[in-house]
Amino acid sequence: MSKHVLLIEDEPNIIEAISFILSREGLAVETHSDGTTANEKLRGAHPDLLILDVMLPGKSGYDILRELRADPATAALPVLMLTARGQSRDREMAEREGVSAFMSKPFANSEMLDTVRSLLNGPPGNA
Amino acid sequence: MLLDLAEILKVEPSMLTEGAEAALIASLREAASTTRGSTAELDRVDEFAGRFPGWARLLAEARGRIETLERSVETLSDRLAHDPQLAEALHEMLSTVTAIRSAASILNEPEEIDPDWQRRFHRNIHEDSARLAESSRSLVSYLEAEGKAASESGTPQEEVTAIFEGEGYHFPALEAGQAPEALAAELEADLSDNARALLLRALRTYAEDAAALPLAAVLEAVAAEGADPLALVRRLGCDPARAMRRLAALPAGAPCGPVGLAVCDASGALTFRKPLPEFPVPRFGADCPLWPLFPALSRPMTVLSRRVQFAGRQGGAVRAFAVAQPASLPQANRDPIFEAHMMFTPEGSARGGEETEQVGVTCRICARSGCPARREPSLLGDVAERGP
Repeated sequence: MSKHVLLIEDEPNIIEAISFILSREGLAVETHSDGTTANEKLRGAHPDLLILDVMLPGKSGYDILRELRADPATAALPVLMLTARGQSRDREMAEREGVSAFMSKPFANSEMLDTVRSLLNGPPGNA
Repeated sequence: MLLDLAEILKVEPSMLTEGAEAALIASLREAASTTRGSTAELDRVDEFAGRFPGWARLLAEARGRIETLERSVETLSDRLAHDPQLAEALHEMLSTVTAIRSAASILNEPEEIDPDWQRRFHRNIHEDSARLAESSRSLVSYLEAEGKAASESGTPQEEVTAIFEGEGYHFPALEAGQAPEALAAELEADLSDNARALLLRALRTYAEDAAALPLAAVLEAVAAEGADPLALVRRLGCDPARAMRRLAALPAGAPCGPVGLAVCDASGALTFRKPLPEFPVPRFGADCPLWPLFPALSRPMTVLSRRVQFAGRQGGAVRAFAVAQPASLPQANRDPIFEAHMMFTPEGSARGGEETEQVGVTCRICARSGCPARREPSLLGDVAERGP
């Protein structure tokens, strides 16, 4: 069965590009654009990986991450966060909330693919 | 008298009281001590200033310029970190760039791509590049508009202070009842938007003060009782802060002599400054916690009166009055927002037995030893201790 990725991002053309490259890798990609309903969507979707933008309409990615980490069902879900602000402060906030990987925009497609692959295969020694 | 003399001779008033040399040497010491790894011969600074006065002045001026520029950089990086409009614009640009980069590299791959997808990505790139052009244009115009204010080094407060200074802290038009809006419109030509707002606020306060305490009545009071804000309060029934502002707004040559003023908000940030040669109020940086201005904040509504002198100076004592009072109208169950005013006038010899508080401009150039409020060591050689 192919792995399932949920992408929460509000920029349509970024959604299209990421969906394209991940689908081509054989991943099933589902997308969602609204911050306020992101956690609900997540509970219904049961993805193997969540790609989460920080700046979302309605609710910030940090809040979504905090909530999903507090929920036993998603506490261990690998989460890749995307942000347009690569400052160390943002990275630190994401790490405090328990992010699995962090990527600042603009990223290269190959970077995205490598990170997604390694997150889906689990941390080294745990795969 | 001193100010007039300084005016005629076209020099800083402090030069007449302290001598040009002392001001220059203080700047040089500061330059040496704030430069990391400086090997300047601090013990021979007098000799340097004496033998090469031109070079020494140049160095001191360059140091002042650096401080101003550092301030600009600080303002700009603060803006980068905190300005929501700028953050929004950059976010928009980075998002668009991300989409373009991603789509472009898909198209650039050697692998075959379905023609439908190919068309879609071409179209996306086209749309996004138009968006990028638009957002970069608006970013540039935003930065240009804002850049003017920042490049002047001045905070908006400084721009307003410069206007007050230029007008001698006295506005005959407002005394005669002109609307502050009209005067602001005349004066604000070169100001940044923020400074305009501050200027209007300051002129409105001035106009209200002038309406409540007409110039003739204030002049009559000071002719009889000198620059005493409490005497003004008794005679004319106003609050002490207004009395202090009014005394500091008298025309040059008023019978009570020059009156200086410093106003700070409850966080201690100066919001108005009218320095006197006896009592410099620095433009930047932290001031001396021993100024009566600051203790007043911990004794709200009490008018403090202290004799104050800058440590290490010969003479030049001032009488300072300070009070902290609410700056806002009372609201139910809300703590008032306080602000503190400190007014000061030159004073001759001490009144019977009163102590003179030794204060500084700022710790680094203060000569007071054994100071309970010292924040950082002084540069003034052996005169001062090297720490608390």
